[in-house]
Amino acid sequence: MDKENPKAWLYLLPALIFLGIFMVYPLFDVLVYSVEEGYNSASQTFFGVGMYNYAYVLRDPYFLQALKNTFILVIITVPLSTGLALLISLGLNSITKLKEFFQTVFFLPYVTNTLAVGLVFMILFKKTPYSDGFINLLISFFGGSTVDFIEGPYWAKMFVMCFYTVWVVLPFKILILTSALASVDPVLYKAAKVDGASRMRIFTKITLPMISPMIFYLIITGFIGAFKAYSDEVAIFGTNLNAAGMNTIVGFVYDMLYGDSGGFPSYASAAALILFVIVLTITVINLLVSGKNSRYS
Amino acid sequence: MSVSQFEKIEKKDRVSRRVRTGITYFLLAVWGFIVLFPFYWMILTSVKSYSAYNSEYIPKLYTLSPTMQNYRDAFTAVPLARYFGNTLIFTLITTGVMLAVTVLAAYAFARLKFRGKNLLFTMFLALMMIPNELVIITNFVTITNWNMRNTFIGLILPSVTSVFYIYLLKENFEQVPDELYKAAKVDGTSDLKYLWKVLLPICQPTIVTITILKIIECWNSYVWPRLITDDAAYFLVSNGIQEIRENGFGRENIPAMMAAVVVISIPLIILFLIFHKKIMAGVSRGGTKGS
Amino acid sequence: MKIVLDHVTKIYPGRVKGSPEVRAVSDFNFEIPDGKLIGLLGPSGCGKSTTLNMICGLEAPTSGRVFFGEDDVTDLPPENRGVGMVFQSYALYPHLTVRQNIMFPLENLKGSEKLSKEVMREKAEEAARLVQIDKLLDRKPGELSGGQQQRVAIARALVKRPRVLLLDEPLSNLDARLRLQTREEIRRIQVETGITTVFVTHDQEEAMSISDQIVVMSAGVLQQIGAPQKVYDDPVNLFVAKFLGTPAINVFMGKVRNEMLWIGDEAVLQVKGVEDRNVYAGIRPEGFTLQEDGPLSLKLVRIEVMGRDTSVISTHGACEGTTVRSIVPSDAKINNNGGYVRFALKPYKVHLFDTTTKERIYFGAQEE
Repeated sequence: MDKENPKAWLYLLPALIFLGIFMVYPLFDVLVYSVEEGYNSASQTFFGVGMYNYAYVLRDPYFLQALKNTFILVIITVPLSTGLALLISLGLNSITKLKEFFQTVFFLPYVTNTLAVGLVFMILFKKTPYSDGFINLLISFFGGSTVDFIEGPYWAKMFVMCFYTVWVVLPFKILILTSALASVDPVLYKAAKVDGASRMRIFTKITLPMISPMIFYLIITGFIGAFKAYSDEVAIFGTNLNAAGMNTIVGFVYDMLYGDSGGFPSYASAAALILFVIVLTITVINLLVSGKNSRYS
Repeated sequence: MSVSQFEKIEKKDRVSRRVRTGITYFLLAVWGFIVLFPFYWMILTSVKSYSAYNSEYIPKLYTLSPTMQNYRDAFTAVPLARYFGNTLIFTLITTGVMLAVTVLAAYAFARLKFRGKNLLFTMFLALMMIPNELVIITNFVTITNWNMRNTFIGLILPSVTSVFYIYLLKENFEQVPDELYKAAKVDGTSDLKYLWKVLLPICQPTIVTITILKIIECWNSYVWPRLITDDAAYFLVSNGIQEIRENGFGRENIPAMMAAVVVISIPLIILFLIFHKKIMAGVSRGGTKGS
Repeated sequence: MKIVLDHVTKIYPGRVKGSPEVRAVSDFNFEIPDGKLIGLLGPSGCGKSTTLNMICGLEAPTSGRVFFGEDDVTDLPPENRGVGMVFQSYALYPHLTVRQNIMFPLENLKGSEKLSKEVMREKAEEAARLVQIDKLLDRKPGELSGGQQQRVAIARALVKRPRVLLLDEPLSNLDARLRLQTREEIRRIQVETGITTVFVTHDQEEAMSISDQIVVMSAGVLQQIGAPQKVYDDPVNLFVAKFLGTPAINVFMGKVRNEMLWIGDEAVLQVKGVEDRNVYAGIRPEGFTLQEDGPLSLKLVRIEVMGRDTSVISTHGACEGTTVRSIVPSDAKINNNGGYVRFALKPYKVHLFDTTTKERIYFGAQEE
């Protein structure tokens, strides 16, 4: 049974075919698309090779808006959601009664259809001629002035976008951090208590270093996920994100590809590759930082 | 230390512990409220009548005259049942094919010997880093060229492989002791039979995990279906709900829309309530956000 | 610092609703004299670790008080008790170096007790020297062997000069050779520092070899306290007799008639002052003497040669266990008489116990 088994290729065949057609080939194809200038999807012709598509995308005001939106979203939601998840996980870990109940409730958003629940958020935040909506009701109850979060000022729309994103990504982070916290050997806490460490010191000197690999993991995946934000925005602002001024980079890619503004796979490819480079750069920076900070065996 | 000093320390310790626990529960309850409130609001709105909802300038937090009319509307005025059926077909077939492809590939990597295995597996792992956004453009063109837009097969084909699940399953297969395979070989069991009769039953928890994760992913998928279908007859629920939002129910009939949202959310919530331990264990082990 | 446990009881509520509560420690009373090394001994699950945790302050007793000297520390958290503890798994902080681990308790000191960096380093190095790991200060725990980790744990427990040092199964994660060496090490450190030390173990040999006193526990109840040899020679009940000693004591069903102990149908020993009754007779393996006309005859199974001694394995109908093991000098002549060997008994190696209460019955010269 140690001999080579050519039948293995038979087992691998379906996976190889699917991956070859839908992952490996597209990977090269997208590069080709991105340098084909003036590609016409109807006639499938192009009249040159070069960097024009990148230059075009980088000058497109919709792309620049999308870039700005995405960066704001990333910078706000990644630290906020990770910190909030850490806080909630610490709380969960310190209680026994109702712990499982809370854990289950907190995980609920993970399994819901974000497109569908986004509509509920839209309704809660929206101000229409018929009604101010629930959130504005709360705001005016506390003496603030009402605002339309869905079609109103930019900061309000950005607020809803960030709020919903945090709501959607938190379950995963809470789950990961709760299990990371639970896997810290409880005897270490006992030892620290005998050693007379204060609660704050136990947290900063023992808990944080012990779960830091998981925190870095969440930050890295959080960055990647937030840079790829799209469907949560559609859920709240509708499919025409450019009109709402709330498009994201991924949204720009799809809009270039398809729909009323679509038909430009070359521009889409260039934008997708720009996104890929950004994500890759940030990930590498993250890995370098985390490698420096969590070196223990 | 004198006795009174001891007592002071004890008392301080007890009081601060109680205060801390109180604050913890309060904050957890606040977040629980934020999580649950949208669900409450969606159910509440879905049972308010159209006229009642629109006459509430200040939205009411309860209703005294619940109605099922919105649910009837959701199934009659828009093809919700069809979206639902489409999603079910898409989810079941995709998950089924994915399982077959994944299990076979993972088995080959975990158990069989062949030339170039390590190199191939390294290349597989490298594929995990490729974001979906990068390849979806070409896939869109490919499926369009194959004239598979607005077909189930076009929806399903690019969604059936997951390098990550192959990796997860391969790791699990490798934990099964070698002796079992040798024993099966001595007994004259074929590779396929060993996979089916021994490996799969032993690795059932992982199989269940990736099945559930894939079902959730399929049920919520939006981007690819949106690109590949523009005929409402092939819409999945996520696209259906966007369609309903933009063109359904005539004037903005929010209660009917919420009824549709409730209907769409229910299958996964039921799945979650039954399997919540399995799902949470699976996600924390398999750790990716399925989107 | 002497430690007093005064009627200490620990009850855990049942795990599931309706399941009975668990009495881990029951009405525990004893006084640990200042500066001694005490071995807390018992089978696993007997409540010895719970007792240690209550001395440490990691758990609060359900009722009863704990005193350090004259101070009632029952409700004090561990950091205010001045205790040092070595955990079974050592509980070293994996991300800190050995030096940082040892300095950790010092860095926690606040207010007037706060130390300068130099003093802390000095104290850490002193503690490291005491346990002979001063060459390893800049390593991480993951790079050390089990024995070295153990020493780091002890150094960390000692660095604050605690009033009481507690060790929970300190040797159980070490291999046999290291265990022997480390227990001598613990004894040396304890003698050098003079700190009152309590250690928990299920290994009776370990406890007997280094303790000033041993405390035998079973099912949450204190069985006997005393110097190791004294407890071994003079167990108060059948449990203690069986728990101490390797090979274990041989227990026979017997009866007393006219101040003679009968095992089977042989009168084997005179037991003055015991009235007629049924008894358990425990005979230590070294309590048998080969004697051609000895009163007790055992059916020989085999002989195990162990070098210095010889083990005679035999059976007897009245024996509780499957075999009787007796140890005789290797130069003794074993007279095999039709498959039987005859023994005389050493009176002070024979202990009688009540068949229902399992309490000791004293006879003749044995004093209470």
